[in-house]
Amino acid sequence: MSAPATVTRLSISGMHCAGCVTSVERSLKAVPGVDTATVNLAERTATVTGVAGEQSLIGAIARAGYQGVVLRADGDAVQEAAEAAHYRALWRKTFFAAAVGLPLFVADPLGWLPMLPDPGGQAFWLAVGALTFFVLVYSGGHFFVGAWKAFRAHNANMDTLIALGTGAAWVYSMLVVALPTIVPSLAQHAYFESAAIIIALINLGQALEVRARGKTSQAIRRLIGLQPRTARVVRDGREVDVPIEQVGLDETVRVRPGEKIPVDGVVIDGHSSVDVSMLTGEPIPVEKQVGDEVVGGTLNKSGTFLFRATRIGAETALARIIDMVRRAQSTKPAIGRLADTISSVFVPTVLIIAALTFLAWYNLGPEPRGAYVLVTVMTVLIIACPCALGLATPISIMVGVGKAAEYGILIRNGDALQQAGRLTAVVLDKTGTVTAGRPVVTTLVPAAGMSEIRLLQFAASLEAGSEHPLAQALVDAAKERGIVLSPVSAFDAVTGRGVRGMVEGTAALFGNARFMNEQGVDLQDLPARAAALAAKAQTPMYLAVDGRAAGIVAVADPVKPDSKAAIARLRALGLKVVMITGDNRATADAVARQVGVDAVYADVLPGDKAAQVQALQTRGEIVGMVGDGINDAPALAQADVGYAIGTGTDVAIESADVALMRGSLHGVADAIAISRATLGNIKQNLFGAFIYNILGIPVAAGVLYPFFGVLLNPVIAGAAMALSSVTVVSNANRLRFLRAGDSRA
Amino acid sequence: MSAWLANLVGVAVIGFIVWWFWLSTPKAQTVAGGLPVDILVDAGVYTPARIEVAAGKPVTLRFLRKDPSPCAEQVRFDDLGISAELPIGKPYTVTLTPAAGEHEFTCQMRMYRGMLVAR
Repeated sequence: MSAPATVTRLSISGMHCAGCVTSVERSLKAVPGVDTATVNLAERTATVTGVAGEQSLIGAIARAGYQGVVLRADGDAVQEAAEAAHYRALWRKTFFAAAVGLPLFVADPLGWLPMLPDPGGQAFWLAVGALTFFVLVYSGGHFFVGAWKAFRAHNANMDTLIALGTGAAWVYSMLVVALPTIVPSLAQHAYFESAAIIIALINLGQALEVRARGKTSQAIRRLIGLQPRTARVVRDGREVDVPIEQVGLDETVRVRPGEKIPVDGVVIDGHSSVDVSMLTGEPIPVEKQVGDEVVGGTLNKSGTFLFRATRIGAETALARIIDMVRRAQSTKPAIGRLADTISSVFVPTVLIIAALTFLAWYNLGPEPRGAYVLVTVMTVLIIACPCALGLATPISIMVGVGKAAEYGILIRNGDALQQAGRLTAVVLDKTGTVTAGRPVVTTLVPAAGMSEIRLLQFAASLEAGSEHPLAQALVDAAKERGIVLSPVSAFDAVTGRGVRGMVEGTAALFGNARFMNEQGVDLQDLPARAAALAAKAQTPMYLAVDGRAAGIVAVADPVKPDSKAAIARLRALGLKVVMITGDNRATADAVARQVGVDAVYADVLPGDKAAQVQALQTRGEIVGMVGDGINDAPALAQADVGYAIGTGTDVAIESADVALMRGSLHGVADAIAISRATLGNIKQNLFGAFIYNILGIPVAAGVLYPFFGVLLNPVIAGAAMALSSVTVVSNANRLRFLRAGDSRA
Repeated sequence: MSAWLANLVGVAVIGFIVWWFWLSTPKAQTVAGGLPVDILVDAGVYTPARIEVAAGKPVTLRFLRKDPSPCAEQVRFDDLGISAELPIGKPYTVTLTPAAGEHEFTCQMRMYRGMLVAR
């Protein structure tokens, strides 16, 4: 079997004219196995189809005199390379600055360095000054450039503080060294080592931050990584590998065992089990057969199948999920807005504090005033950290929303996350949320002389022609048991009562007690059995054959297997759990007893659910509403946080504050646990950032000096500042290790 | 005498900071309708940092991020509910229709700051 044709995109460097295009195209087309080769001069790319290997294409480009690189994703590789280069550059800058600063820092207090007035001292310190100047240019140049550009734009940022702090230290020190006579002898101390070490520490902090920040976006990268790059489509009876972007709507796609499903579609041939855990968090593979929907990014486990592409590109469920997570990650909840306001005025305020510090020490400080002024002003500038303040909220949101996505929980925005972290009550819609939402036959009670199989055969045969919602449950139950349905004649559906017809030549009735009574059927002891079933949230229906009671078929919407455990988790989280349903009180109570909720609202019309949510809110509760996202839309909108619970991806992703890809109520408990943890993380970050600046800046300015004679060393301030941003990012990264299901029963 | 001078300089610096960073505004780039505005994201600043456009009409802002540090990776218009991740070295286009008023755009940490003024 020949290799499937593929499309390869290459980036070409060195091309600059149409002549280059022709020569590259000609060289590529000469490669055996190349069907087509098109070069785009504007993008400096080539698109090649055929079965030729990548190396032979790169070789062909090289023979034409240019350099080719295979493009594997839409710029991600370029982005990663740029980030990696930036990371390495930060480390180089750190090492150079530390190599200059650390020896001075260690040797100076030990008296190993020549004193300024000593012979040769001035020359030595001038050399140190020159070396430190190189540190400022090489390792700290970007701070000075940034500070200048920001200044010209009437803006002040981190760079402003660092450049002013280290620049002042260097200028002062050079003044002391070059013109010692104009500085009082007591103030004759050089601070070159402080400038160099501060530059080293801040570069180090930024390098650590780059690494830590990379981890914060792991979740979104994981989602993007789910997207396969190629798909095997069937064109003209031949299977061809094409880039995912070239899959057309309604095209037939082949998926083999172990492959990811490339786009969304419907199975048209074959069957398999599909692992959907990466999207929904649901660990058990789902069986897919003809007619079933498959979702792009999920993993085909065992079989081979063909499917028709129904959603491609930005319309696929995965693309929409990525888009939603991205949007949510970049929103900020209200809690972060104070920090934003402060950040906006922070740096100029610190500059003013530095100026006030200068005035205070100049007018009130002891001798040598010049040295004290420099140390305190420099320390104020260096210790202030607006970044920690600005990062505190968004970085936690980014990790928290990403963590939720790993659990198949899509949080719309930061406000939803903040509200979800404060919930006091959760309202659960019964049907489809607590229960499966699809009625099934639960109990068969045949009367004397009737078997279970015959009972179900009669009932299902009659109901096969009915449009009643429960009819499908009977037909499915018969199919599961291999029962062949009998033909029905003289079929008649009596609204609110039941159905009747001739089955196997015999008159049969199937319906409620009222129907049976009206038709004069003696139900004997069956009503007592029926009452017991009703008390267990089952709906009993009677069968009568030939005018005699033949038995009961009970149907129920079963409680999802894990609803009880999930509700216990919600209650363990301290939430009041309320179930709301349009069903009658008996059914509602029976379900409530099974799952253990705090309160039940029964007989609630669909339009009144929002009013019930509102009533809870007026009692001071912060309410989360969980529903299917379609029928409960007004109640979801009324709630402080609306959770749309879905199975697989059939969820109305766009409709709720939080969309749960799984059908399990555990998703709600997970979502609330993650929201609380994220909110707590934001508070820790904000508290830390505020306290750091509120305490750090006055101490740096020397407020402790009059009482304890203590001044902060600018190098310590630099270390604290470098660590403050890293601490915020690292604290947010702790959320990545959160296991929301730890409290699961 | 030198003490007076030092104090004068200190007070003048404070006055300058207040005026330069809070009271005065940078020169704006006014945009003729329909043309995209190229905004360079580098060295801690958006260039240009202040852009004047016509209110209620679509405007296309084309951000070109050169700064590889994480500080520059996002641009957000908080009051318009818009945010975007900027790729390095590749233009990223944001199209919006601003209502009359001032719309600040910043990085995540609000160190990069610009103003879109719609009149």
